[in-house]
Amino acid sequence: MTAKIEYKYDDMIHRCFRCGYCKFPADWSDVTNCPSYARFRLESYSSGGRLWLIRAWVNGEIEWSENLAKIVYSCTACKNCEEKCPISFSDNLVNMVIAARSAMVETGLLPSAVKSFLKNVHLHGNPYGLAGKKRSQWMEGTGIEQYQDQEFLYYVGDEGSYDTRAQSAAKALGELLLKAGVSFGVLGNQEISDGNEVETLGEDGLLEELAKKNIKQFKDLGVKKVITLSPHSFNVFKNSYPKFGGEFAIFHYTQILPQLFQSGKLEKPAGLNMKVTYHDPCFLGRWNGEYNAPRTLLKDLDGVELTEMGQNKKSSLCCGGGSGNFYTDLLGGSEDSPARIRVRQAHETGAQVLAVACPNCLTMLEDAVKVEGLEEKLQVKDISEILNGSE
Amino acid sequence: MNSAIYKSLVEIVGEDYASDRPEELFTYSKDLGTSEPKWPDYVAAPKSVEELQKIILLANEAKISIVPLGGGLSLAGIALPLHGGILIDMKRMDEIIEVNGKARYALVEAGVSQGKLFAYLKKHHPTLAHSLPDAPPAATIGGNIAIHGQGDLAHPHGFNSDMINGLEVILPTGEICRFGSCSIGSGWFTQHPLPDMAFFLGWGGTTGIITKVSLRLFPCKKIRELDMLVVTDEELVPDIFHEITHVGMTEDLVVFSQAIPPMTDRLHHIINNISGDSEEELEFKRRLIYDDRLSKFIEQGTVGIVATSQDLEKPSVTKTADWRKGGGFEYVGSVFPVAAYPELYRKGVEISTRHEIPYTVTGRVIGANHAIMFSWSYAFNRADPKSVQHANEALHETDDLVLEFGGTIWKPAVYGQQIVMKHMDANTLALMKKLKNMVDPNNIMNPGNWEVA
Repeated sequence: MTAKIEYKYDDMIHRCFRCGYCKFPADWSDVTNCPSYARFRLESYSSGGRLWLIRAWVNGEIEWSENLAKIVYSCTACKNCEEKCPISFSDNLVNMVIAARSAMVETGLLPSAVKSFLKNVHLHGNPYGLAGKKRSQWMEGTGIEQYQDQEFLYYVGDEGSYDTRAQSAAKALGELLLKAGVSFGVLGNQEISDGNEVETLGEDGLLEELAKKNIKQFKDLGVKKVITLSPHSFNVFKNSYPKFGGEFAIFHYTQILPQLFQSGKLEKPAGLNMKVTYHDPCFLGRWNGEYNAPRTLLKDLDGVELTEMGQNKKSSLCCGGGSGNFYTDLLGGSEDSPARIRVRQAHETGAQVLAVACPNCLTMLEDAVKVEGLEEKLQVKDISEILNGSE
Repeated sequence: MNSAIYKSLVEIVGEDYASDRPEELFTYSKDLGTSEPKWPDYVAAPKSVEELQKIILLANEAKISIVPLGGGLSLAGIALPLHGGILIDMKRMDEIIEVNGKARYALVEAGVSQGKLFAYLKKHHPTLAHSLPDAPPAATIGGNIAIHGQGDLAHPHGFNSDMINGLEVILPTGEICRFGSCSIGSGWFTQHPLPDMAFFLGWGGTTGIITKVSLRLFPCKKIRELDMLVVTDEELVPDIFHEITHVGMTEDLVVFSQAIPPMTDRLHHIINNISGDSEEELEFKRRLIYDDRLSKFIEQGTVGIVATSQDLEKPSVTKTADWRKGGGFEYVGSVFPVAAYPELYRKGVEISTRHEIPYTVTGRVIGANHAIMFSWSYAFNRADPKSVQHANEALHETDDLVLEFGGTIWKPAVYGQQIVMKHMDANTLALMKKLKNMVDPNNIMNPGNWEVA
C-alpha cells in the first residue's frame, strides 16, 4: 500500500503488535496507566490502537476526522508506553504520535482546542491568549528583579505566570531563591512560551520560532544558567534548544534547592507534621530520568513522612495535562479522567499532602481534588510551597 | 447502520463507551494475527452485568450479532465480528470481587486482566497464585477460559478452564445464569452440584457471555525458580518429560526450539519451573528431578543443564512478533499426546522452511504428562502482504497437519474449526447444533464461529 501522507515513521509504525503492555505500570496492577486509555477504555485510545489508526490514516485506509484527531491529540506524551513496550522501537512511540500530529498540522486538520492553543501561543506568546504585559503581574511586590546579568535566569513559564494557582508556586520558588541569596532574575513581560507543548502538539514551525526568539533573548542578555519552575520548560530547553543553537546549563528547581539547604543558605521550614506522597511529573521523570532530587528535598524535611503511591517513578500515572491537555482538556469530564484517578491513588496512601514539582500537575490535580470532594483530606502543594512554608 | 441502535447503546453504556465512528470500528475490525479485517457496526464497553444484559436484549430484538472481546489476544480472529453487529469490549467489567485465601479462589469479573489479578495477588495475597498464561498481561480472565487457555501451573493443574469453581454467564437470550455452588447461594468454592460449565468453556463466546469467574488459586511459594535443560535429540523429550512428571515436583514444564537466535537452532530447551518456601525445599526438589530421575540422561551426556536457579521472568511473547521487525505473528496451537513431540517438531521445521519463516515451536506439559499443548508460530511482516500470506498458508497447512497426525486444534480459527468439525462424530455435531439452536434461537452470539452446517 502506498502512503498517501508523508510520514516520518512509515518504515516503523507497522511494528506495533498492539499487545497492550503499554497500558500497564511495571507491576501490572491495572490497565489504566495510559492516561487516554484510562479515560475512554476503548482500544482506539490505547497507545497501540492509536498507532494502528495513524498507520491506517497515513496509508489512506481511513479518512481524517474530528474523532481521529481527538484520539491522536488525547495522548499526553507521558511516555508510560515507552517504558513498558518490550519491542526495540519503544523509544519512538511518542515520536510516532508527534509525527502524526505534525502531518495533521501540515494539512491544517486539528481539533479546535488545539488550533486555539497554537494560535494563542503564536499571537500572544502563551496558550491562554492573555496579554504579554500581564505576564509579570504575579511577581508584583515580591522583590524579584528583572534579569540583567545575574548568575541564573529564573524562567517561570506560561502556567506559573498566568494561572492563579500556579502563580503561588512561582512566587514560592522566587521567595526561596531570594532568601538563599541566589543571584537571579526573571524576564518578566519579555518572557514568552518555551515551546514544549507546541513541539509535542506537532507544530514544528512554531517551536522553531519560539526557540529562536528565546535563544536570541537569552544570548543577548548573556544568560548562561537557567532555573525552571516547570519540568516542561526544563525538557524543551535541555533537549530541543540545542538543535537550534541554544546551549545553556538548565536546571529544574528541585535540582538547585538541595545544595542551598545543604550549604545552609536556606533553612528547612519548621513545624511541619504531614504525611506526603509525591507525584512524578512526566517531563521531569520519564522524559529526563529525574526521580531523586524532588524526593531528596522532601525526605530531608523534619516532620514530613514521605510515602509512595503504588504507581511511582517510571510507573507514575500522568496527571493528564501533558502535551497541551491542561488547556485542550480532551481527557476531562469523567471520574476516569487521569487526574481524578491520580488523586484517588494519592488519597489511598493516607497522605494529607500530594506534592508536585510542576505547575501543570499542580493545577490539574488540585482541580481533581475538588471534583473528588477530597479538599478536607488531601492538599495539593508544589514542593516549592512546602519548602517556603506557604499556606 | 441503524442510528436507533447506536442511541440505545449510548443510553445503556453512556456516550463515551459506545461508538459507531469509523475509528473505533476500524480498530475492532482488526485482529493481531493474519485474519482479514471484519468490521463491526457498533462498539460498546459495558461496565456492569446489567448494562451487558440490556445490550444482549437489544441485540435479540434487533436480530443483530454480538461478539464479546476480552484482551483481543487470541490471534486467531475468534473475536472478529464475522457478520458485523455489536462488538462488546468486556474490559471495563474488571472488578476483583473477592479473594478467599482459605478456600483458595478468586471471584473476578470476566474483564479483569491477567496482569491485574497477578499484581493484586502478589500485593495482597503473596502466598496465592493463579495460572498465568504466556499471553501479554492484557489478556483477560474471561477470554482466557473461553478459549481453554493454559498457563504456568498447567503441569500440576491442567488447562485454566479446568480451574473453575463457578461461572456467571449471560445467555444469548439475556438470562443471567450461575453455575457451581454459587447457583444455590453457597458461595463460589466449587463447581458442584452442576458439572455443566463446559458448555461455556472453550466455546469462544458462541453460547453466552461469561461475566464472572471463580478461579482456583494455588499456593505461591516464596522462591520460584527457572531451570533450563538442553537436549539435542528430539526423540528424548517425551522420556524426559515422563521422568520429570513422575515426581510431581514441577510447576511448569515447557519445551521450545527456534531458529533464531542461531545458537538455539535445532536444540530443544526444556524449562522447568520449581518453587519452594526454603532453599531446603528447592534442593529436595532439584535432587529428586535431576539426581534421581534425570541422572541417566545427564551421565550419558544427552541432556545438559544450562541454567539453574534463575529468576522467574514474566513472559513476553510480544518479542516474537518483532523477529522480522514486522509486528506480527500467529500460531497454531494443538493438543497431542506427549509422545508426538519429535514428529511435530520436525514437521514444524519443514513447514516453516517451506514458507521462508524462521521456525519456532513450543510445547507445554498439561497435567501429569497427560498431553502437550504444542504450538507452531509464524512471524510475519505486517507491512508486507506476501509475508502475511505466507504465514497464513503455513497456518492452514499446520491446521491440516494437526488433524492428520491425530491431534486436536487448540482455540482454532474459523478454518481450523471447520476442519475439526469435518472430522467430528456426526452425533456430536448434531448435539452441538441442537444446543446452540436452543440457547441462541436468533443466532446472534459470535456467529460464524463453531457454526455447524
